[in-house]
Amino acid sequence: MLIQLTEEQKMLRDMAREFTRNEIAPRDKWMDDNGFDWDLCKKITEAGFMGANIPEQYGGGGGGIVDTTIIAQEFAKGSASIATFMGGHWLASNLILENGTEEQRQKYMPEAVSGKIFAFGLTEAGAGSDAAGIKSQAVETEDGWLLNGSKAWITNSGVADYYIILAMTDPEQGTAGISAFILPKDAEGLAVGKFEEKMGVRGSATCELAFNNIKLPKEALLGVRGKGFKMAMQTLDIGRISAAAVCAGISEHAMNLAKAYANERTAFGKPIKAFQGLAFRFADMYAEIKAMELLAYEAATTKDAGGRCTLDAAAAKLFATEKGIQICLQAQAVFGGNGMSKEYDIERLVRDIRVWSVMEGSTEILRMIVSGTVLSK
Amino acid sequence: MKILVFVKQVPDTDDVRLDPRTGNLMRDGVQSIINPFDANGVEAALQLKAQCGGQVVAISMGPPQADDVLKKALAMGCDESVLISDRALGGADTLATGYPLAKAAEKIGDYDLIICGRHATDAETAQTGPIIAAFLGIPQVTLVDKLSVEDGFAICRRLLPDRYETVKVKLPALVTVCSEINTPRYPTPINIMKALKKPRAVWNAADLGCEPDMIGIPGSPSSNKKIFEPPKRMTETIFFQGDAEAVARAIADALEAEKII
Amino acid sequence: MAKEDYKGIWVFAEQENGVLSETTFELLAKSADLKEKLGGKDEITAVVLGDDAAAFASTLYSYGAEKVIAAEHANLGQYSARPYAEVLTALSEKYKPSIFLFPASPLGRDLAPRVMCQLRTGLTADAIDLDVDEDGVFVQTTPNFGGNILSHICIMEKRPQMVTVHPKVFSPISPIEGAAGELILEKPEVEADDCYILLETEKRVFEGKPIADCSVLVSGGRGIKSQADLDMLRELAALLGGELASSRPLVDNGWLPHEKQIGQSGTTTKPDFILNVAVSGSVQYLAGMQNAKCIMSINHVASAPIWDVSHYGAVMDYSKLIPALIAEIKARKGL
Repeated sequence: MLIQLTEEQKMLRDMAREFTRNEIAPRDKWMDDNGFDWDLCKKITEAGFMGANIPEQYGGGGGGIVDTTIIAQEFAKGSASIATFMGGHWLASNLILENGTEEQRQKYMPEAVSGKIFAFGLTEAGAGSDAAGIKSQAVETEDGWLLNGSKAWITNSGVADYYIILAMTDPEQGTAGISAFILPKDAEGLAVGKFEEKMGVRGSATCELAFNNIKLPKEALLGVRGKGFKMAMQTLDIGRISAAAVCAGISEHAMNLAKAYANERTAFGKPIKAFQGLAFRFADMYAEIKAMELLAYEAATTKDAGGRCTLDAAAAKLFATEKGIQICLQAQAVFGGNGMSKEYDIERLVRDIRVWSVMEGSTEILRMIVSGTVLSK
Repeated sequence: MKILVFVKQVPDTDDVRLDPRTGNLMRDGVQSIINPFDANGVEAALQLKAQCGGQVVAISMGPPQADDVLKKALAMGCDESVLISDRALGGADTLATGYPLAKAAEKIGDYDLIICGRHATDAETAQTGPIIAAFLGIPQVTLVDKLSVEDGFAICRRLLPDRYETVKVKLPALVTVCSEINTPRYPTPINIMKALKKPRAVWNAADLGCEPDMIGIPGSPSSNKKIFEPPKRMTETIFFQGDAEAVARAIADALEAEKII
Repeated sequence: MAKEDYKGIWVFAEQENGVLSETTFELLAKSADLKEKLGGKDEITAVVLGDDAAAFASTLYSYGAEKVIAAEHANLGQYSARPYAEVLTALSEKYKPSIFLFPASPLGRDLAPRVMCQLRTGLTADAIDLDVDEDGVFVQTTPNFGGNILSHICIMEKRPQMVTVHPKVFSPISPIEGAAGELILEKPEVEADDCYILLETEKRVFEGKPIADCSVLVSGGRGIKSQADLDMLRELAALLGGELASSRPLVDNGWLPHEKQIGQSGTTTKPDFILNVAVSGSVQYLAGMQNAKCIMSINHVASAPIWDVSHYGAVMDYSKLIPALIAEIKARKGL
């Protein structure tokens, strides 16, 4: 399949690229040191990115999966943290968009557009990939739900205005007993723990969440009871496409940093790029980044056309995250000893790329999905 | 209120080189962008429109690919665009550039305000705005860093090296704006989606009713005889070596020797 | 009318509030040079507009004007583009100069294009050199792309050959006391421009000393990574008793105001010492500082053009060096 961007998509790419160059990239080191950047979040809102995925009728940008994938990839060239933040927000708002009632959409979509931050919470300290093991419980009461439990490693936790929380409503049914709830940040009984000291994407917020007898109204239920996990899995396809494009973006950033260094640094009387052993790394990096892009955009195009892309999205993310780690290490190696120094941005990228093979479906889970499909009769 | 904004496509860098063989500018790999000051002009027009209502028309002259800057202007929020494109207009100096632009303004008609950037970052002549105003016979205010409109007048603050001048100018008028006037907005995704559905005209010299001897090379009194890179000066540099602390000590020694500290 | 019928070199004598601009004198000096190269026949005329324009005549003679055309009218007391352009156009049509020079000041660049347009001639912008070639053709050198490219521009057939000239590229002559010349007093009809009303003027207040007057400058360039790093340079500048300045990118991205910008499109400086940090050295930047007595640079790129003009330097990243340097200087000063 040939990936052909429309005129509008090229404009969107150029605009996201310009925004990344001017606004995001200069803040990435700061975020690595200091965490979430509220000022930047405001600019992202003003430029219309928060609602890029949301239909125009709710005030959004009306973008499809290809459009948000373009934005995610461009953002990732400036900051993996911001790409992580955007991905988490879009994923959570997509869940309401695709599964919410019209009232829920009317209420939450304009808020997502106007800068309210959304987060999606599945993972718990004791259960990540194994969703059936989650311990958070929502018990139906007369006038709503009573939520108890905790979550961990939730992207945008601590900064989000709304959380989409997966909790057991019918524990005996395993994943089919999981339902989704919309939880506002000011719900009584919600405790936000301290920010996690992560290795990478330190500019995206991650905290522990604890739910202590949180009373939720009936309308807090998102979609059908018992379908929470299924909803999440469908939305995760989009998240995985985005993650693949983000890894392509981070990898390209790493390659470009290495390229600049290879052009400047000399050894044995010539620029180090003149050494073929080093030069060949760039051939491989370039080819792999291209392949990452193609896989991501093919899956995105399929999804936009209304097709199923679970396999392709999983394959795209599997390839991109694994290759991305290698590319960042290769790029770091170009810097020699300097690659270890925090003075050089490449050091940060090596830490930032790591998380992508864990979140939104670890490499092992993706391999299970892909191999299972490939081997099925 | 009808506002015309003139925008120009320029290279994204001033770090350009000449091809040693042909002596021509090497444009390979150089991205084109909207002249940054013209982006300020678009933003100024959109802000005035938000206050006073009306319509903003973006106009550019150049080869077909100059349409890219008009697309950007539309995506920022302009209502219409006009691309003036004709091989006969090529090779123009500032006079033969200002003339068709003024003709375009006449053809659009009933404009209240024309906005240009203070200068373009490539040729840096800063002449196009005043020339358009001269052809149209309207007043101009250059180097504006604050702009508002009331009762048929524009109130403009000019940013001059030593002072600000606040000027009241009767509309229709032309203003050229500095970067200090505003921060241009980014086109939002939704405006990008809508941009290409807006009216987008393409006019040639005949559409504008240009006199043939007023355009292109025949209409240009001045001509470029030669372009070249400036000669280099070669100073012997004393380089300090070592780690940061060693170099810092060497620099401090040199500063003492030069009696700076 | 044939171009041969246009004779003489005109200089627009820019005056505001009774003070002639320095560039007027620079252009008069250069006119003498051009006159010689053109064969010595062209008269040098200063053209001055105002409500009491003739009062400038003696000053203009002393700086080299052979003739002064003073156009006087109450409505010319305050500059306004349209009335000024009308008067200059009429004068030029009447007296037919061959060359007409303007300062490339805000006023000159506001006015000259309108005159040029009405005369349907050529106008070269912001020239940094003027010359006459071997064929006797008047040639102007202008910078493009921030000075990275230079052009030779000629106005072959149309007259006058109009040019705005960059301030401070030529030096004025020492004024000759008692120099005399011919005064032509013009009393044009000038209608007040009721379309253009100057409401108020406010002097700009600047932080720090103007960089043109500083003997020590620390200047940051495109490679400066953050505003915090810029603060570091500011601290270093203060330690050295100087001011912080910059090349164009840091002004373009809003980190510093325009008046701190060194270069052709900013301020031309001539300090005793300048430290360039992460400045690659575009041509237009070099033009704004290469006459400094001592030039030191820090840049991690060994091939940057800044080395062409640097007396001292270090090829390394500034981010470790500057704190070390600040510490070293503080230690030596006993701070």
